[in-house]
Amino acid sequence: MHPLADKYIRKRTLPLIFCPGCGDGTVLNVFLRAVEDLGIFKDLALVGGIGCSGWLPTYLQSDVLHVLHGRAIPFACGLKLTDPRRKVVVFTGDGDCVGIGGNHFIHAARRNIDLTVIMINNGIYGMTGGQVAPTTPLQGRTQTSPYGNLEPPFDVCELARSAGATYVARWTAAHPVQLLRTIKEGIEHPGFTFIEVMAQCPTQAGRYIEGTSDAGELLSLLKKRAVSLEKAKEASPGEMTGKFVVGKLHHLTGRKEFSQAIYDSFPQEKSG
Amino acid sequence: METSVIHGNEACARGAIAAGCRFFAGYPITPASEITEFMSRLLPRYRGVFLQMEDEIASICSVLGAAWGGAKTCTATSGPGFTLMQEGIGWAAETDTPVVVIDVMRGGPATGQPTSSSQQDVMQAKYGSHGDYEVIVLVPSSAQEAFDLTVKAFNLAEVYRNPVLILTDEIVGHTREKVRIPGQVEIVERKRPASAAAGYVPFRPVSGGLLDGMPAFNQGYGILVDGQLHDEFGGRAGHKPEVSAAMVERICRKITDHADELVDVEEWMVEDAEVVFVTFGSPARPALRAAKDARSQGIKAGFLKLRILWPFPDKIIDRVGRQARQIIVPEMNMGKIFREVERVVAGRAEVLSLPKLGGEVHTPAEIMRSMTNGQ
Repeated sequence: MHPLADKYIRKRTLPLIFCPGCGDGTVLNVFLRAVEDLGIFKDLALVGGIGCSGWLPTYLQSDVLHVLHGRAIPFACGLKLTDPRRKVVVFTGDGDCVGIGGNHFIHAARRNIDLTVIMINNGIYGMTGGQVAPTTPLQGRTQTSPYGNLEPPFDVCELARSAGATYVARWTAAHPVQLLRTIKEGIEHPGFTFIEVMAQCPTQAGRYIEGTSDAGELLSLLKKRAVSLEKAKEASPGEMTGKFVVGKLHHLTGRKEFSQAIYDSFPQEKSG
Repeated sequence: METSVIHGNEACARGAIAAGCRFFAGYPITPASEITEFMSRLLPRYRGVFLQMEDEIASICSVLGAAWGGAKTCTATSGPGFTLMQEGIGWAAETDTPVVVIDVMRGGPATGQPTSSSQQDVMQAKYGSHGDYEVIVLVPSSAQEAFDLTVKAFNLAEVYRNPVLILTDEIVGHTREKVRIPGQVEIVERKRPASAAAGYVPFRPVSGGLLDGMPAFNQGYGILVDGQLHDEFGGRAGHKPEVSAAMVERICRKITDHADELVDVEEWMVEDAEVVFVTFGSPARPALRAAKDARSQGIKAGFLKLRILWPFPDKIIDRVGRQARQIIVPEMNMGKIFREVERVVAGRAEVLSLPKLGGEVHTPAEIMRSMTNGQ
């Protein structure tokens, strides 16, 4: 076992439930490195939503809540607000975060509460068998869009930024080095941090939408579609069709963080 | 001791503060909003966190997160919001999480009758979330009981590591009356685990089916709290039939095995009564009047008020059923607790349902008439 895994993995919960070739393993790997580099293991409070990615924190031997579908963020708010020193990280998927949980997502961003929300976007409801998601590309064929998806997908980073998130970044499972840097910076950012990880899902999205279950091919597709911030600025809308921007998309400092705002508002002396 | 004239909703808020609640999240809803308003005023004075969330789902989920963050927590709502909270209540039962949920009942279904009273949520309180689980449900019939039972609810939540629900109603919530608030109330503090982190098994009962103490996050216990069926260590067990079955049985029996200790009823002249009014919440008030009026007319009437609905006090009802000729159950719904009474009495006495819908509580005369008709 890798020394990092040996140090941080909750061995009783192994083996991982992820399918071979899944992008979630990469995120777990990168996250462990971020925790090691930052030396914050004791301060971690992890929350997992429902879906494949929600299982991710259950493999760490820190304190973990594995909660209800769509509700990871409000649970995380409760953890953060009972002790603002906690490093609260939410692991969620696209369906969990902006399908069923969309309302909580925008309100937490609006409050600028210091959570790090890592949303692994595979563009499909994977665990339930491959149904259309609010992130499925137009015309994408899934088990519930057999004639092609008619709904335009969310740009979740744009949504986070307009709702009030103060740190927004997007990478893919094919960018582990950049993702590591971003997760570390995001955890350290004192405000609502949203990190989207575009990830391959060989079992569902790969098979139904992309026409391949080969993880290598799917990673190549992710790389091909990822356009850096600098290049995206020069690209025409036509050139960006079917692609997405990666990088640190938004970083606002100096805005009051919500848990701090609450604790600062308390009277100095107890009145009761 | 402080004596105030306050309504039941304020009494719930004052009770929560007295019991040590230091985290509250809620969403405005008639007729429960005053609880949320009072908590927003009171909590900061105690360095407690008040949150108005985006909906009732977020409210229950944030208080559950805060419970594992180390706080005694509470939310309050009414019918439609109570429906939205049910999944969270199920999660709390599944994960042995202490939480207090106050439902100020209004008429339903759907948007229903926001400004009027009802007792239509008695079954939703017990069965509202999917799956098998148990909750403790307390029912105040006055502002004083709203205070007392809220304190009690927090204490029971700690002892049983379980959601405890308070079903009050619009009449109790909005009736201002005298409430005695003691300077000090008996409080059960959250128990830390007796065992050290290394030997701590979070979901293994230690005695009486109850768990060891509850660590907060970031105390070094590395606890996995999972809303999926899990083993004693918190690990995924949905694929293990025996482990899954044992877990569900444990969370049910940790409440039902203690039903006798949980009994909380008030009786008036039941010993020799031929007719007994079995009541809870607002209708208990006209029912007591009716029992007294009946006695003054020479009718052997008695009064039994349930301050706990779930687990249902079977033994008390069984005793009354063996002794009385007739049992009358006035309630502000189509007759729900009536069926529970009928189940326990099992034909040994005549059980009459006295339902009342529309938002108004029974008058003493209506209750009296039901008795006369029964004779």
